Amino acid sequence: MVALTFSPSAADRPAHAVRIELLVRGARCANCLTKIESGLRAVRGVTDARLNLTTGKLVVDAEAPADPQTMIGRLAELGYEAWLFDPAKAISGREQEGRALLVCLAVSGFGVAFVVGLTDALWYGARDMGPATRLMISWLAALVASPTALYAGSPFFASAIRSIRAGRANMDVPISLAILFSLGLSYYETFRGGRHTYFDAAVMLPFLLLIGRYLDFLVRRKASSAAADIVAMQAVQVRRLREDGTLETVWARDVRPGDRILFSAGERVPVDGDVVEGETSLDVSLLTGETAAHLARAGERIEAGAIVLDRPIMIRAGKPLEDSLVARIGRLIEAGQQARNRYVRLADRAAAIYVPLVHGLALAVFLVWFIVLHAGLAVALRNGISLLIVTCPCALGLAVPAVQVVATGLLFRRGVLVKSGDGLERLAEADVAVFDKTGTLTEGRPRLLDAAAIADVTLQRAARLARVSHHPLAVALAEAAGAGPVSLGAREIPGSGIEAVEPNGTRCLLGHATFVGAESPPFETGSEIWYREGDCPPARFAFADQLRPDAAETMQALKRLGLKVEIVSGDRRETVARAANATAIEDWTAAVNPVEKTEHLKRLRAAGRKVLMVGDGLNDAAALALAHVSMSPGTALDATQANADFVFQGASLLPVAQAVAASRTARRRMLENFGFAAAYNAVAIPLAALGLVTPLIASIAMASSSLIVTLNALRQHLQDRI
Amino acid sequence: MPGLGLIILAALLLGLGGLAAFIWALKSGQYDDLEGASWRILIDEDPPVDTQRHRRE
Repeated sequence: MVALTFSPSAADRPAHAVRIELLVRGARCANCLTKIESGLRAVRGVTDARLNLTTGKLVVDAEAPADPQTMIGRLAELGYEAWLFDPAKAISGREQEGRALLVCLAVSGFGVAFVVGLTDALWYGARDMGPATRLMISWLAALVASPTALYAGSPFFASAIRSIRAGRANMDVPISLAILFSLGLSYYETFRGGRHTYFDAAVMLPFLLLIGRYLDFLVRRKASSAAADIVAMQAVQVRRLREDGTLETVWARDVRPGDRILFSAGERVPVDGDVVEGETSLDVSLLTGETAAHLARAGERIEAGAIVLDRPIMIRAGKPLEDSLVARIGRLIEAGQQARNRYVRLADRAAAIYVPLVHGLALAVFLVWFIVLHAGLAVALRNGISLLIVTCPCALGLAVPAVQVVATGLLFRRGVLVKSGDGLERLAEADVAVFDKTGTLTEGRPRLLDAAAIADVTLQRAARLARVSHHPLAVALAEAAGAGPVSLGAREIPGSGIEAVEPNGTRCLLGHATFVGAESPPFETGSEIWYREGDCPPARFAFADQLRPDAAETMQALKRLGLKVEIVSGDRRETVARAANATAIEDWTAAVNPVEKTEHLKRLRAAGRKVLMVGDGLNDAAALALAHVSMSPGTALDATQANADFVFQGASLLPVAQAVAASRTARRRMLENFGFAAAYNAVAIPLAALGLVTPLIASIAMASSSLIVTLNALRQHLQDRI
Repeated sequence: MPGLGLIILAALLLGLGGLAAFIWALKSGQYDDLEGASWRILIDEDPPVDTQRHRRE
């Protein structure tokens, strides 16, 4: 699980120094960078802090007695969530892969620039050259091309060998063969003094293909850089009550059944348990999707994932962590991910047709020339090999990654992060969209109702008190009132409200109806607060979780795109029905638990539907993992985001529809690119079979087909509108 | 003819030099955080200059 990495002190750092690696969420720009780095450097004992914005990894150098928890605490004060970096999760492994690809790309780029210059001279200037010069230039080309092609081709060779060992041939097999054969054939021609050397092709092949590989890597790295995990939720510390009545701080995973644990306002309960002492409002929206705060009393069972809102409570841990609801959801997620891993990508499907076809044709050409036409071994070999070279899947290798890079860039600028490599392909196939309600269709936090009906003076006076508190309703009230003064003498009475005394002696109260002395039938538990000043009649503020501003519009857009839209929510029937009405969604299911959500998706899948699941709560995480493709808003829990293929930012829901449209455009471009590659091969194969392909034609065809495929991928910019 | 050999040799060395420089830059971590690097140029590393004191001196 999450572990601490202490690396021994390096030579340039003082003795006793430690290096602590943290993963920081939410840092996006220069502002965050300065805030985090200078904020941590100000911590005692810290000598240096450096944040990698791409991976979110923060390296802190400190003197020996440094406690990672104080740094995590400091980051929380600055407004960033952080946890200890787990070396086993190995983001660094991905970085190594990227570096290796870049080195190969640079080497083959150097090879192309140098070798093409030489072979062009050989091809065009052959008549003006003496045989000695020609031989020297050929050998120079061989000298540079052989090591560069072999080095740059190594990722393909390794992958080809792995796939042959596994008993099936992937696209890297014909690529490896083409590289090796073009080198071999060129050596043969050079020895013979012939002109048909393919040294340029030998370096150009890995160069063009590596561009595709690197683009593909960039897309995949973006997907994994948010290396969040459901485990992170369990890697928290709790305060346990000892036999002698004192408190000790322990890791949540060390909690045993029967332990008594104290939670104060704002803490997330990491284990299931029963309330022993105290009474508090709980935010369970992440677990059930229910928006109204839940009042927990002594003797009640609480499930892991709930957040304590106002007063401290004591809990007796029920089950060990592995049996908690969070852990059970974790296992559901794993099961869902396994189902999804069986998805076969477009490029792999193309490879399944391409590989046997091209190998069969090359063999056939060789046999026909050798046996039927009696052309001699050399000519037959040359024609067979030249077919392998010209049909090499450069365009195919670029077809998908180029489209993906453009599409992800396009979506990124609209606030949608594409997290999985094949997410776009799967999204393009979706025909049902299942939405969670709380936090997905709605904003997931309370908003003041009928703000216009409330006198502005009252609102402003109440807001002075509200600004003191972190209670969700107080925050919502302060937000509705905008910026303004704070009542400095105000004090918060947990579980009741806020009290302040004016300089002239007037008492101001903001809180529960009973707290301010108002008499009213309960509206909806936890969804209203009252304000009273002195003996004036109290004023009531009601709150509700409201739909995202463009929810209805988005549902229309999705229906226009041909998707069936559904709501599956854990919230109560009436609330879900209201949301469904407002967004014109006919199919809705309310009051379902996480397991029932996954059952619902399984039923849809059994009926042959491809489901797009959009959700944000912990109760959605398993459903997100199980769905054909999934999205979650940027406000979702890490554990939930980790299972989504797409994450969209901001208050707008329209990016969901935009992503669907963009993914369909992307899929169309990919198919066009495959079509183009096929058409190109339909011309190249007969030419090669007839022995008409020269090295010059081969290299021109190779470069131009790759260029056309890339240009086609760029066409998404112009066409992508909803 | 010796001129040709010299030119090819020079081109080869220049190319290899460029390649070596790139690999050095890569290995020393300069390509690890392109996103952060693009923001870092906007950050003032030095504390703001105290103009008052400058004038007095």
